[in-house]
Amino acid sequence: MPIRDDVLVVGGGLAGTMAALSAAESGAQVRLVSHKKSTLRQASGLVDVLGAVDGDAPVSDPFAAVDRLPDEHPYHVVGSEGIREGLRRFDDVVGDRYRGSHTDRNALVVTHGGTVKPTARYPVSVVPGLASAAEDTLLVGFRGLTDFDAVAAADHLAAAGVPFDVDGATIDFPIGFRDDARTTRLAKALDTDEDGVRRGLADAVAAELDGHDRVGFPAMVGDDHGPEVRAALEDHLGAAVFEIPTGPPSLLGMQLEDLLLDALERAGVRLSTGNPAVGYEAEAGEVTAVLVDRRGQEVPYHADQVVLATGGLVGKGIDSDRESITEPLFDCHVPHPEDRYEWSATEAFGDHAFARFGVVPDDDLRPTGPDGDPHFPNLRAAGGVVGGADVAREKSAAGVSIATGTYAGRRAGEEVAP
Amino acid sequence: MDSRTDVLVIGGGSTGCGIVRDLAMRGLDATLVEKGNLTHGTTGRMHGLLHSGGRYAVSDQSSATECIEENRVLRRIATHCVEMTGGLFVQRPEDDDEYFRRKLEGCRECGIPAEVLSAAEAREVEPHLAGDIQRAIRVPDGAVDPFRLCVANAADAIDHGARVETHAEVTDVLVEEGEVVGVEVEHDAGEDADAFVHGRESEREEIYADHVINATGAWAGQIGDMAGVDVAVRPSKGVMTIMNVRQVDTVINRCRPKGDADIVVPHETTCILGTTDEEVDDPEDYPEEGWEVDLMIDQLSELVPMLTEARTIRSFWGVRPLYEPPEVGSQDPTDITRDFFLLDHADRDDLPGMTSIVGGKLTTYRLMAEKISDHVCERLGVDAECRTAEEPLPGSDDFSVLRDWMDEFGLRSPIGRRSAERLGSRIDEVLGGWDGPNPAVCECEAVTRAEVHDAIEGAGSELNAVRLRTRASMGNCQGAFCCHRLANELVPTYDEVVARDALDDLYQERWKGERHALWGQQLSQAMLKHLLHATTMNRDADPAATEESVDFGAFDAGPDASTGPAESGSGGAPDDAVADGGTPGRPDAGHGSSDADS
Repeated sequence: MPIRDDVLVVGGGLAGTMAALSAAESGAQVRLVSHKKSTLRQASGLVDVLGAVDGDAPVSDPFAAVDRLPDEHPYHVVGSEGIREGLRRFDDVVGDRYRGSHTDRNALVVTHGGTVKPTARYPVSVVPGLASAAEDTLLVGFRGLTDFDAVAAADHLAAAGVPFDVDGATIDFPIGFRDDARTTRLAKALDTDEDGVRRGLADAVAAELDGHDRVGFPAMVGDDHGPEVRAALEDHLGAAVFEIPTGPPSLLGMQLEDLLLDALERAGVRLSTGNPAVGYEAEAGEVTAVLVDRRGQEVPYHADQVVLATGGLVGKGIDSDRESITEPLFDCHVPHPEDRYEWSATEAFGDHAFARFGVVPDDDLRPTGPDGDPHFPNLRAAGGVVGGADVAREKSAAGVSIATGTYAGRRAGEEVAP
Repeated sequence: MDSRTDVLVIGGGSTGCGIVRDLAMRGLDATLVEKGNLTHGTTGRMHGLLHSGGRYAVSDQSSATECIEENRVLRRIATHCVEMTGGLFVQRPEDDDEYFRRKLEGCRECGIPAEVLSAAEAREVEPHLAGDIQRAIRVPDGAVDPFRLCVANAADAIDHGARVETHAEVTDVLVEEGEVVGVEVEHDAGEDADAFVHGRESEREEIYADHVINATGAWAGQIGDMAGVDVAVRPSKGVMTIMNVRQVDTVINRCRPKGDADIVVPHETTCILGTTDEEVDDPEDYPEEGWEVDLMIDQLSELVPMLTEARTIRSFWGVRPLYEPPEVGSQDPTDITRDFFLLDHADRDDLPGMTSIVGGKLTTYRLMAEKISDHVCERLGVDAECRTAEEPLPGSDDFSVLRDWMDEFGLRSPIGRRSAERLGSRIDEVLGGWDGPNPAVCECEAVTRAEVHDAIEGAGSELNAVRLRTRASMGNCQGAFCCHRLANELVPTYDEVVARDALDDLYQERWKGERHALWGQQLSQAMLKHLLHATTMNRDADPAATEESVDFGAFDAGPDASTGPAESGSGGAPDDAVADGGTPGRPDAGHGSSDADS
């Protein structure tokens, strides 16, 4: 029996998930196909909406700054209301595991590199560490962890002008794992309280506490039982405990991934994972199916509406060779300079064209050809595959995925609604 | 401030480092000054080929003979810098039979062991060779790590009493009464051994010497100008493109007369494709162009077809310090001899006190150093034997067995093996002496903290020099995952702000070469790196790096902050704003979810 759904979402990251959830809301039968693990595990787990425009000072109100973005930015397609709609849906998905919905303002979160960055939604374990709260802070790092140095981070934060005293202490994790044990291993030990490690860690930190109001660790304070671990440490220490988001392996990113998967299950979205989408079928100008490679066999997944959420350059939703930049699944138009040396800037943090590569959406998020007309009336794009945003420098990656995913999913759902 | 030395050597490339070691071992008081890091110029920008001499066996037999002799010496004295991969000269159907024959004969004439392999035999050695190759000549080519080689020479020179100053640029050659008497240098970061520290004031020093050696290669003309003599070096640029893995484990040469893009050298975890040969005016300012990279991939894939689809991680350019006596007048740089020349300015320009050494190549660096040291000793009336061909370099002495490093130093075996390869006999000193956890800081190249700290001791806060010594940040991710970790290792030896500057320098240096590899997987990698450093760490818009202070009170201080953040981003001084908006909330997670939907 052929595989058929109302809406097919290709891509299992933040954008694809939000699109699937949004489409399912309308009553449509939704399927999500994804190939590899999403790039969320490499991301910090913070939900940035818009934190910087033109390299100015950090943006405190992202909604007020949207207007200053270039014309081709996908936020202009969905509008401020689209961003808000996406955030509302995201807030529903994550429930009490995230904070930030009480205000339009960005929060400044301590990064593992030792500075602060603006973000709109943050995991609950990050809350006590927000940089606008003027509480004396002790950062704690571990001798075996090279990714976060508490002393360097504390000095760096002070240089960033944070409104509190901050010190750093580097300690040994109470259990002697192998020298390059990762945060995931430490978190697991704390989850199960292996060898009384919670108490051991609290004692080690207490020796350094010296009256500080709060203690920040790189995100490793438990995983499945994070709240319990944090409470235990706070109890022992008599100080607030918070987590600092990290790069890969990012526990906070993986936890967000789990929350999204749970939400997809609750919403009744059908999941097909582990196989790549490799092509499509079309009839009368409309996409009728996406072809998924299952062990060498191309299997058509039929749907009335399709959302392309395959990611950007990192997720391989955008591909390239020496001559050109392509969208490999539908071969949608991706504008780019002919000379590949114009794809990037000479300064490492310069204005890189490659950071904005992606399909060009019309006012309904449908990818368009060079003529400006949509490739297909029933194909929309969301997230990293959409061009026009330098989400890294803008600090807008999650926001763009959430807003465009929610919009594209809702529109797809509306189109198939009876 | 001034000082005195017997012999002053300008240039910290392989030649200069070889000279200062040779002189110091002969008991002279020698000083080396280098404007950047060791290997900063041409040495650090070569393909890493330890010549068998095969490449010159037809066109330049005296160079070929020197190469095979020095190849044997380096295998003995620099074991930990050399990997004997072997090399093949591969003939394609369109390549001339007669040239193949002359190559084979030339090798034999020059004493280079050479053996003909059939196509099938060659593909047995290197399975990725093209299906239509005709045959190959096997020669003892190898790979050499120029960074390790220079550092080992300099370290040994220091052990023998020499002074080695990096980040010390010669700003003038001191000429008194028609004689070179020394140089004036500017120390970028103070006059403090060879440890560079960001942000230190520069200092000037006049160093007087009985003899000055200009070993600046492609820059020799500039030093010559300061002394008022003409040294007509003809710098010639060449591109080298680095692949992500070793597609071949043997040096692969195209068996045809001189040409661009005719060699693949396996180097550590990578392969290096080379090269081009184009004369340039200024050794520091020349175009680096995409067509050169394309040429490497397109032409060399005729020998190794998989290169078309393979991933390159960066490209870099170097300038050869070619020299020929002006009367030769070659038009094409590829015709210029690879031989070296010793120009005594007393004989040549009636300016005693200085000798320039130009031309040559890394494989023969030791021989060049020996020749010029002989010359200077003769000038200074010193009678001392050269011992550099016999005495192993530090790291290569007594290094015969690969022990089980995992047990001994608590390292996983692949990391231990790589450390041992790099450190050679110094591994006991570097890893054995380390106290505390020793995690891998750079995972691509398996560089542990102990090795990083050993490099910091020698290099100061200059992470690019740490990189050269250890290979940290030189693998596939090009520092995406380790640049900031390396910077972390500088603290608390150095201040955080020094670490931050060093990180910015390293990150930018990596980016420079990555730009030449930005397509396919490496463009994906670059975007991931951009996201990690700009998004996750906010390094591009770091408030610590800007003059303007952030109004912390204008930002969300958390849902339970007793008063909301100031309504205007412009309210008052930062302190007031925080007092206004930032009374912190105690965390609520961990205490149930009573406020789940607040």
